[in-house]
Amino acid sequence: MLEKALVGSKRYYVLLAVLLGLMALGFLIYLRQLSFGLGITGMGRDVSWGFYIAQFTYLVGVAASAVMVVLPYYLHDYKAFGRVTILGEFLAVGAVTMCLLFIVADLGRPDRLLNIIKYPTPNSVLFWDMIVLNVYLLLNLVTGWMVLESERHEVPPPKWVKPLIFIAIPWAPSIHTVTAFLYAGLPGRGYWLTAIMAPRFLSSAFAAGPALLILLCLVVRRFTKFDPGREQIQSLAKIVTYAILINVFFFFCELFTVFYSQIPDHMLHFQYLFYGLEGHGRLVPWMWFSMLGMIATAIALVFPKVRRNENTLALACGMVVITTWIDKGLGLMTGGFVPNPLEKVTEYWPTVPEALITLGVWATGFFIITILYKVAVSVKEEVSGPAHW
Amino acid sequence: MGIDRRQFIRIAGISTLLGLGGKGAWELLFPGQLEAAFLAEPVALKAKRWAMVVDMTKMDDATAKLCIQACNRVHNVPDLANPINPKDKVPPEDKVRWEVKWIWTDHFHSAFPGAEAEFLPERVKALNFLLLCNHCDNPPCVRVCPTKATFRRDDGIVMMDMHRCIGCRYCMAGCPFSARSFNWRDPRPFIKEVYQDFPTREIGVVEKCNFCAERLAKGQMPACVEASRGTLLFGDLSEPRSPVREALKTYFAIRRKPYLGTNPQVYYIV
Amino acid sequence: MADYKNEFGVFAERPKVEKKFYDGNKIIVGLVIFFAIVTLPFWKNVGKVIPAPQPKLDTPAIAKLTEKKCVMPTDWMRANHMQLLIDWREEVVRSQAQSGPSDFRVFESPDGRKFLASLSNTCMNCHSNKTQFCDQCHNYVAVTPTCWGCHLDKELKVAQVEAK
Repeated sequence: MLEKALVGSKRYYVLLAVLLGLMALGFLIYLRQLSFGLGITGMGRDVSWGFYIAQFTYLVGVAASAVMVVLPYYLHDYKAFGRVTILGEFLAVGAVTMCLLFIVADLGRPDRLLNIIKYPTPNSVLFWDMIVLNVYLLLNLVTGWMVLESERHEVPPPKWVKPLIFIAIPWAPSIHTVTAFLYAGLPGRGYWLTAIMAPRFLSSAFAAGPALLILLCLVVRRFTKFDPGREQIQSLAKIVTYAILINVFFFFCELFTVFYSQIPDHMLHFQYLFYGLEGHGRLVPWMWFSMLGMIATAIALVFPKVRRNENTLALACGMVVITTWIDKGLGLMTGGFVPNPLEKVTEYWPTVPEALITLGVWATGFFIITILYKVAVSVKEEVSGPAHW
Repeated sequence: MGIDRRQFIRIAGISTLLGLGGKGAWELLFPGQLEAAFLAEPVALKAKRWAMVVDMTKMDDATAKLCIQACNRVHNVPDLANPINPKDKVPPEDKVRWEVKWIWTDHFHSAFPGAEAEFLPERVKALNFLLLCNHCDNPPCVRVCPTKATFRRDDGIVMMDMHRCIGCRYCMAGCPFSARSFNWRDPRPFIKEVYQDFPTREIGVVEKCNFCAERLAKGQMPACVEASRGTLLFGDLSEPRSPVREALKTYFAIRRKPYLGTNPQVYYIV
Repeated sequence: MADYKNEFGVFAERPKVEKKFYDGNKIIVGLVIFFAIVTLPFWKNVGKVIPAPQPKLDTPAIAKLTEKKCVMPTDWMRANHMQLLIDWREEVVRSQAQSGPSDFRVFESPDGRKFLASLSNTCMNCHSNKTQFCDQCHNYVAVTPTCWGCHLDKELKVAQVEAK
């Protein structure tokens, strides 16, 4: 079916060319990072994880959200989602690939990457993270491909695909539970040491992922002959609404625990993020934009009129993606490391090379998504003809 | 007809896996043989639980500086403020970011956050506490390392295996004492005087104080202890007569963040 | 024509395609260029004589030895020095003796001699001429051991001592 990705409209080729260009640029700068060291990023002794790991954390959530379309269809026979499960699964493939690339980009010694496999360490959450991410990638790729191919030949998929899909459903929350556990088990980092870390990851994932999927579905409807369907998008919108409301609620839970108990160590991180600490407050406008935007979007999405109008829905989904990205991408990482365990403030901001490498990896992910979506959409066009629902 | 594209890819993939796996299996089943044995040097210092007591009642800034210099010298710790070639000069904010420090000094409220009090003796407020890796008994950094590149030895020392470290910096995130440094760039341009009996490090690995394990193996005290003029005591906590036990019997000593349960083994007499 | 079956079990018409070597000229030209590029290292070096590596053992430390013997016999070392160094590394850095001393650093060779298991402090003390010894063979076989990024090769130290 991959041959379907080799032919397309002029716009398709231009998109692939642009993405390839960004990938090449990112790769060249990565080579510079390999020779100079991770010092070309903005990270340092105090903020030792930065943009790369932040992107990985965010994308792990997006990847897990494939379960939100797979679960209703396979477990609860919600037939309508049959049109979009493949789009969710392929989005997951692209997102997990980006996660793995970001991890590799962040390693000080990528040449020793295989040490994790050579010396397995079950007490380390990073070890389990590597396993669950790679297996999830394989699961989604194999099941998505097989189901799509079966659809193309208009036959039911082979029997062994169903058990894999049923494994993928609990596996999806596990990938970002494990990622949340990376942070939630560290005694020295008060901002992350909260039982609610994994639930927060889940809620923001199930808001951001389906929101991104809605946006991609709208793009697919606009630029191809395949229409994912209005009912499908509306169902996804309901999922986004509930998830973002829960996400906002979880944030207020955190605020209450931290500020009602008045423990200085925990309050300092929130103070840095939302108010500034010792004159440092680079993230303050970003965090306020993120939280206020998230709350406003959540409230707006409650109203069915907002969801039913696909323009306002698209705007809301865009806001969900951006605000959750700031919260999980910038806020989570920097908030955990600032102030440092000696209560000193060292600020962090990504450098230009770091941003370009990040852009290169995002471009790689979207390149994969574009190719896979082209295949999926072409097959669906071939099977079902022009849009009808 | 011959095989189709799908069968071809399947066969190629399985052959590759067998080829790679076969080599790996061969290595596992017939590893390199070495008939000779390893022994310990007769003078090596042994202990069940190495620990250090920092006597801040006797420590002053000059002594602390000597300790830091001794450590940095024998371990080839790069000094980012003093590159060999002046062209490699590093701006101050990058110096703070890329700093590699195994032992350093800091004030009370940084060394013991959470133990601040509004009314402290002036002497304590002015003290520069000597801080280093605490070689915890229950180290979170060891718990999180995905390759066991950092591991706790039976004698209590938390070691770094620079050969295995993949530079993921999970241990740095896990350390509650900010004791670990990463090589954000090549350290060699910043080591003016290379100490020939100890390696340097490369870019991309984490490093920290190792309680001078290589000196203990030769029967010597850690470099900082030797340079400390008696203000640093080092010994075996399991030996009732060791200097550390004697000190802890006599003086009340505090540790950094004991409530986190990492069981740090560096004690401070304030 | 019901003789064609794909893995879904569906019978399909075998496509009727004329047997011909399509794009034959382009393929052959491509193959020729490919083989030319792949075999470039071989025919580019035809006639060149590259001398065998000659590792030199004439260091001051070796000159002072009465018995010019390495840690292990020369033939064994030539084949296995990499494995020896890895074993030394694992033992010295990672040994976790339950009883007894806290690290094993002394290596006893089969003929009873004892050495400190250290690349820089044992091997390089005698072989303090890395460029004329280690690099000779390594460069010849295009091997880049990753030791030297961290471990020091004593050439500088010996030069400093000699200069005094």
